[in-house]
Amino acid sequence: MNEPKFTLIKGGRVIDPANGIDESADLLIADGVIRAVGRPDLPADCKVIDADGLIVAPGLVDMHVHLREPGYEYKETIAGGTRAAAAGGVTSVAAMPNTKPVTDDPSVVGYVLDKARIGGIVNVFPIGAVTKGLNGKELTEMGLLIKAGCVAFSDDGKAIADSSVMRRALDYARAFGALIIQHAEDPTLSKGCMNEGVTATRMGIPGIPAESESILVDRDIRLVELTGGRYHVAHLSTAGALKSVERARERNLPVSCEVAPHHFALTEEAVIGYNTDAKMAPPLRSEVDRNALLEGLSRGVVEAIATDHAPHDEDSKRVEFCCAANGVVGLETMLPVSLELVRDGVMSLSDCLGVMTYRPSRLLGINRGTLSVGSPADIVLFDEKERWTVDANDLHGSTKNCAFHDRRVHGRVKRTIVAGKTVYKDGQ
Amino acid sequence: MIKSQIWNRKHLLGMADLSREEIISILDTAASFREVNRRDIKKVPTLRGKTVINLFYENSTRTRTSFELAGKRMSADVINMSVASSSVKKGETLIDTLANLEAMNPDVVVVRHSESGAQEFLAKNLDAAIINAGDGSHEHPTQALLDLLTIDNHLSQMGWESFEGLTVAICGDVLHSRVARSNAIGLATMGANVRFVGPPTLMPSMVEEAYGVRVFHRMEEGIKDADVVMMLRLQQERMTGAFLPSVREYYEFWGLNHKRLALAAPKAIVMHPGPINRGVEITSKVADDLKHSVILEQVANGLAIRMAVLYRLCGVETARI
Repeated sequence: MNEPKFTLIKGGRVIDPANGIDESADLLIADGVIRAVGRPDLPADCKVIDADGLIVAPGLVDMHVHLREPGYEYKETIAGGTRAAAAGGVTSVAAMPNTKPVTDDPSVVGYVLDKARIGGIVNVFPIGAVTKGLNGKELTEMGLLIKAGCVAFSDDGKAIADSSVMRRALDYARAFGALIIQHAEDPTLSKGCMNEGVTATRMGIPGIPAESESILVDRDIRLVELTGGRYHVAHLSTAGALKSVERARERNLPVSCEVAPHHFALTEEAVIGYNTDAKMAPPLRSEVDRNALLEGLSRGVVEAIATDHAPHDEDSKRVEFCCAANGVVGLETMLPVSLELVRDGVMSLSDCLGVMTYRPSRLLGINRGTLSVGSPADIVLFDEKERWTVDANDLHGSTKNCAFHDRRVHGRVKRTIVAGKTVYKDGQ
Repeated sequence: MIKSQIWNRKHLLGMADLSREEIISILDTAASFREVNRRDIKKVPTLRGKTVINLFYENSTRTRTSFELAGKRMSADVINMSVASSSVKKGETLIDTLANLEAMNPDVVVVRHSESGAQEFLAKNLDAAIINAGDGSHEHPTQALLDLLTIDNHLSQMGWESFEGLTVAICGDVLHSRVARSNAIGLATMGANVRFVGPPTLMPSMVEEAYGVRVFHRMEEGIKDADVVMMLRLQQERMTGAFLPSVREYYEFWGLNHKRLALAAPKAIVMHPGPINRGVEITSKVADDLKHSVILEQVANGLAIRMAVLYRLCGVETARI
């Protein structure tokens, strides 16, 4: 039997932050596109999805994800990574270029997009490298990479440390209006393994000062002033860097930042016991930094919540602390951990969904993250109130390096729809 | 006979785990073993049939020998394994190495490793009883225990009845020192006042909050009226990486000589975990001045402490020493 032409998502609370909608409504979908929001008549050839008691929102957009393919398929694949995304209600991911080979050539972009088309179940938007082979020296063919499908540029995993290279990158990217995403850690100041402070001192672990981030952000903002290039700070983690971004935005510079759930929900104390599942770059910071991020979210300074989803095989994590790989998975905990911001009164539900939907989409220039009529039907249905406990062993991706293992959370994804098709439903 | 049986831990990972009662209990046990070491026949059957493995991922003469002799004097079978870290990087992981040793059913594995937390990681993932013989810049609990025992022996000479009120100045490269950290914790548990003295580049971040110590950057201020002056070894490799400009500058401003020592309490003792760098952190005259220096006493006490710790961790029910 053929699928019905129409699908009606009926009786949910529709929240579409891009359009300021928060109301009880139905959503009509046909041919993978949203056709109507409100109380549309039921067409004859229509499947009905009951959304009673659920929130119906645009599928989440995570602008910072490591899919590891090509080259590190033993950590994760595009198929596995998008499976994790679907389970987390994330319908679009921007894939970082630190693969092997690096996404610094149109052929690699093509490979990623092909793999996503064949094995992926959510939208994959490749991010191209800023420099060839992430060498920090020579610019990539940004124009050709954009033509091949890249939505932004980053050397993520490494900072663009050389000031003249950063200057040229920001300058050159202007020709295409492209966004430069910086992994802001001064390499000479970030040789430690965790945040510098009382906890690191007690544990005898070499620390990374907060200034390793703010120094680079400050420098970059000067270069934005010089060039006018669009600049975005990845996984911003410190109070100092947030203040710099806020001041730059007040001066209308094209500067933005994202924060990761682990940085606003956890502190360096999660590392106690040499927990390698709480090791990432930049590291978990102090409570002061965490509170600054919450304020930044509350005041709208932060443009996006992005997970820096970084799968690692068990062997890379089951070692001495400083020898362990940096990174944690985050796609499947993004929504419930971010909903803590709503429960704690940091943000309204609509604003919280906004930084996970239309605001990152706008930064990347992709037509996603809204329920506007005519948009691709990428939708998440979730129960805001359902309580559950995160179990790293139950995750849908290929790895278990989750910093939120055993955390009690609220809010559970019930169904994820990409271009009108259900890609995840109730744990499956 | 052993007086107190408070101590029944599986591992000894750090001073941070130990209560004052546990520390006192170990010091008491060690005092009994010190008597054994002074006998003509220095061997007791206490740990006969027990196996101790020394697994050292860092070079060590003193600590390894001390553990080896401690085991042998109590009739345990002791095996030494020195693993160069370079060969480790090529092949077997730490956890696999230990799992292999564990398959041979040792009673205790003594581990030294250059990574902070390595022993805690092993203790979480494996069954063997583990003694931390030094992990990175984190802890070196048997060193702190032997230092406490040494100080304890001199308390009355220094005019104190207990550790309460005693002032200990720990001087030098605190940043990289597990000895400083373990001592700061152990001394604080026992009620002593602890000072850290050294150049700002060799002081860990927020160290006052981390350990409740007072920090001094000038030697003269730091050791003023101190009852115990504990010098730390300056590793030669700290001369690179802009921690310090030169050995001579370090010696000039942070070296312990008699002129500086005169600022400490009149009956002050001078300690050093060894090996000492004569003319770098301490002058030969001070190191060899038996009116103050207790450096070799520390070594003797180290043996007694390690016997006490092995004895406790081997889980011997009742014992005659």
